[in-house]
Amino acid sequence: MQEKDVIVEVKDLVKTFDGRTVLDGVNLKLRKGETTVIMGGSGCGKSTLLRHIIGSYVPDSGSITIFGKEITSLEESEFDKIRKKFGMVFQNSALFDSMNVEDNLSLALREHTELAEDIIKIMVKMKLELVGLRGFEKLMPSALSGGMRKRVGLARAIAMDPEIIFYDEPTAGLDPIVAGVIDKLILDLGKKLQITSIVVTHDMKSVFSVADRIAMLYEGKVIAEGTMEEIKHSKDPRVQQFITGSPDGPIKFFMDSGGYLEELTK
Amino acid sequence: MLSFVSAVGSVVLGTLAHVGGVFKLLVQTLFWLVIGPFKKKPPSRKNIFAQMVFSGVNSLIIVFFVALFTGIVLAMQSAYQLAQLGAVMYVASLVAVSMARELGPVLTALVVAGRVGAAITAELGSMKVTEQVEALQSLALNPVRYLVVPRFLALVIMLPCLTIFSDLMGMLGGYLVGVFNLNINSGMYINITLKFLTLKDIYTGLIKSVFFGMIIALIGCYMGLNTKGGAEGVGRATTVSVVTSFILIILSDCVLTGIFYFSNM
Repeated sequence: MQEKDVIVEVKDLVKTFDGRTVLDGVNLKLRKGETTVIMGGSGCGKSTLLRHIIGSYVPDSGSITIFGKEITSLEESEFDKIRKKFGMVFQNSALFDSMNVEDNLSLALREHTELAEDIIKIMVKMKLELVGLRGFEKLMPSALSGGMRKRVGLARAIAMDPEIIFYDEPTAGLDPIVAGVIDKLILDLGKKLQITSIVVTHDMKSVFSVADRIAMLYEGKVIAEGTMEEIKHSKDPRVQQFITGSPDGPIKFFMDSGGYLEELTK
Repeated sequence: MLSFVSAVGSVVLGTLAHVGGVFKLLVQTLFWLVIGPFKKKPPSRKNIFAQMVFSGVNSLIIVFFVALFTGIVLAMQSAYQLAQLGAVMYVASLVAVSMARELGPVLTALVVAGRVGAAITAELGSMKVTEQVEALQSLALNPVRYLVVPRFLALVIMLPCLTIFSDLMGMLGGYLVGVFNLNINSGMYINITLKFLTLKDIYTGLIKSVFFGMIIALIGCYMGLNTKGGAEGVGRATTVSVVTSFILIILSDCVLTGIFYFSNM
């Protein structure tokens, strides 16, 4: 297979919160037009990794390059130029409560482009049609269900026709049909528009339906990376345990380190 | 002993970090306010007007209420003192000058800090904990430009305006007591007011209120944007914001009055 251009590269990323190491040397390459799924258990640092890539967090050490630019030391105004090329779908949608659906979608268009208001209105309609919510322009986010909010969040992320889209748990908490619709949207955007997608999730059904490549994050490190087939047939017991969702295996459910009896009888 | 020292140390360092943070926010705000328009990134006019209506127009009634009754109380209390000197008619000038120089700006600022400052922190705080601030960033919209600048500008403009109304209402309160209770002739009351009230009294008050407006906006926004920890965090940030604003308003009032006093303004 021909190597595609690497557009996001993460090298030796380390981040510590209050003495707890969340990311412990993450290495990751994301290629143009591919959908990469970052999977891993809750609290393994998936979302934290994503927040570093979009520049919400500054790493303790390591580097992140997007479109060949090192972003960890980039000035805010320079970074904003890169940010215009990507969209982010937040876990809890993060719609602006004070604005209706239409304003949520058109905010970036109004601020960053010189488009006339009626053109913006048409673009908003088109994006809403993509997520199947045309006609909901005037509703406030509080009037929408969780699944609808997520779809509006997705529409907002693609409002500026980005080159990269980041999805933070796009299907978490949705019913299977809506989750399937979202998965299909992610696929469509990737295939038709050659958009690079990074999906952070632990929903295995979603992983196998959208992924070109999969990276598994465990204890702040990428422990396995490859195509879907490679991951499916991975020899790593941790990967296999995660895929099958078995409670027994090398990944422990209990976070504490032994001494249960001692602690109880102390 | 050591734990005491480290406790004091951590409080001092924490406070200094906040002071640094507020100054950083001030610099960023001024940057977006002054340089932003030249980079074709002016603050949104719609947001500024919305904030001006919220912090200014919608505060009018409570400011009227507080100032009117302060004027009445001030007139009654000073009449009680001045009666012993036989100088009851000077109630007029006393009320006017103290409203314009001190009570108008300070009470308005305190009312607005409680009403608008708290609302700013609560709003930005809940935006912060529900990732809306991050969402703004991810859309390449600077939160300082988009959220802080309109609120800052609105308060810096509207607080002096509210102060003018507050001064007037306070004087009206004094007038009511003077004319209907102390039986000072209406024209005489107005004459004495105008004779002793100089322009200087009014503009020193207004200069103060500009500073108070900056304090309320900066503290409100800073506390909001640094909120952590869900709904409880929003509540805590709001309390801290209002308390800090109150303290800083009183403190800066003292400093500014000192400056005006010693420079004979």
